Amino acid sequence: MKMKSAAFPYLVWMAVFIIVPTMLVVIFAFTGRDGSFTLRNLESVGQYSNVFLRSIWLGAVATAVCLAAGYPLAYFIAQAGGRRRNVLIMLVMLPMWMNFLLRTYAWMTLLEDSGLINRALTFLGLPTLHMINTQGAVVLGMVYNYIPYMILPLYSVLTKIDKSVVEAAQDLGADSRKVFLRITLPMSMPGIISGVTMVFVPAVSTFIISRMLGGGSNLLIGDLIDMQFLGSAYNPNLGSAISLVLMILILICMGIMNQFDKNGATEGGIMV
Amino acid sequence: MKTASRIYTFFIFLFLYAPIAVLVVFSFNGSETMSRSVWSGFSLRWYRLLFQDRMLLNSLRNTLVIAVVAAAVSTVLGTAAAIGIGGMNKWARRAVMDITNFPMVNPDIVTGVSLMLLFVAAARLLGNRSLGMLSLILAHITFCLPYVILSVMPKLRQMDPNLYEAAQDLGCAPVQAFFKVVLPEILPGVVTGMLMAFTLSIDDFVISYFTSGTTQTLPIFIYAMTRKRVSPEINALSTLLFGTIFALLMILNFRIAGNPGRRGRKAGEGADQ
Repeated sequence: MKMKSAAFPYLVWMAVFIIVPTMLVVIFAFTGRDGSFTLRNLESVGQYSNVFLRSIWLGAVATAVCLAAGYPLAYFIAQAGGRRRNVLIMLVMLPMWMNFLLRTYAWMTLLEDSGLINRALTFLGLPTLHMINTQGAVVLGMVYNYIPYMILPLYSVLTKIDKSVVEAAQDLGADSRKVFLRITLPMSMPGIISGVTMVFVPAVSTFIISRMLGGGSNLLIGDLIDMQFLGSAYNPNLGSAISLVLMILILICMGIMNQFDKNGATEGGIMV
Repeated sequence: MKTASRIYTFFIFLFLYAPIAVLVVFSFNGSETMSRSVWSGFSLRWYRLLFQDRMLLNSLRNTLVIAVVAAAVSTVLGTAAAIGIGGMNKWARRAVMDITNFPMVNPDIVTGVSLMLLFVAAARLLGNRSLGMLSLILAHITFCLPYVILSVMPKLRQMDPNLYEAAQDLGCAPVQAFFKVVLPEILPGVVTGMLMAFTLSIDDFVISYFTSGTTQTLPIFIYAMTRKRVSPEINALSTLLFGTIFALLMILNFRIAGNPGRRGRKAGEGADQ
């Protein structure tokens, strides 16, 4: 079936709504307010290196927590029998159907100084904790919002692992620790990689979670970009420069992750 | 080991559902002081206030209009694109797929601001129009397209390529052959793509935020609500949305419960996305 022309409208769409806007970001990043070429915008991105480092650090911590907490759960669900397994995986997906603003708002209610957790602590006669507007709260929000994106690809690869491979390893004398390290873990690499990218990319570029749970003091890259386009610091040229750096950063990360994928077992990969 | 894994699973699910449970419980709170975490008796007042909110109903309508149009257009464009891409040579196919994947890899906020730059420039060219429904619909179609293409392509690959030629040998015109032979074969992929486009469109906040001008969609309305310090109406809204989703999923689950094989595959497919 050769119907190349069927893709034509899509090719036009893609050119207008993907390629042109991306070019616009590049052009804006390299021009000043008067429209002349300048490197000033990119130079001023350097002033915000602490914001970049903070975003990458918090995103990396959240990703690591998601992996550490999500892997065992994905493993247990994959081990469970038919009906139970379907119910459990459905329960993992269900919160994803609720808008992430509402999910984040729910944590505001819990973490506030006069929130439910502190009320419970007071009730038990314990000292209250200051939780909202801290980096810990931001990481918690990231983990809560994105952990299903880690569990689902992990679950998907873990269910595809051929049980007879595990049994063969056991027959050949491997203990359970060895089976996990030599068989299960390497075979779940594609799931780990797609889980890590699916958590890390939105976590690094979020601006809602930091705004709602981090207060004003824990700015992330996303907040900076938002401020340049819709906020008080209106400066689309600088905003484009920051976006460009963020985009390149993410592409480099993806490149590195794909490299890992090639070294590991590629079978059953589910890159998004 | 068995009990340890049960306890672990329980705690993860507690973590996932406790905040939602809190929202639901406090949506029935009758507190006069509008405090978020003091319980003072059962009441439906927040629900009543919610339904009197013009802005909310308006944003809900906008969201549904955008989602229906975006899902329909991206399904047609995306299905045609998948067919066309299948007929390309290796090099062209790779180039097109790389660009198709780009918006899915690119952070949403960057997609959002890049489209905003385009729409603002276009609006200025067309005589100081402002962003609104049209820019929202165009943006939503753009971010839905890759998902439609990626769910149709595997179905096309599974299809026997001789079927289309056989239909033509038996006297079908190309268009007829498409509707009678190809479309029924790839329909599951097309429907999955359309449903994904619809839900992604309803749920999107970040890209809408940058391309909406002053038009409000439901997520933008929710965002505006969370900016006010106290607004228990949000709890009522969350409860209604969560209840709707839960009911829909239950119905779907029961409908395909008679066919366990298919349901198993569905769960796997969901995980792949």
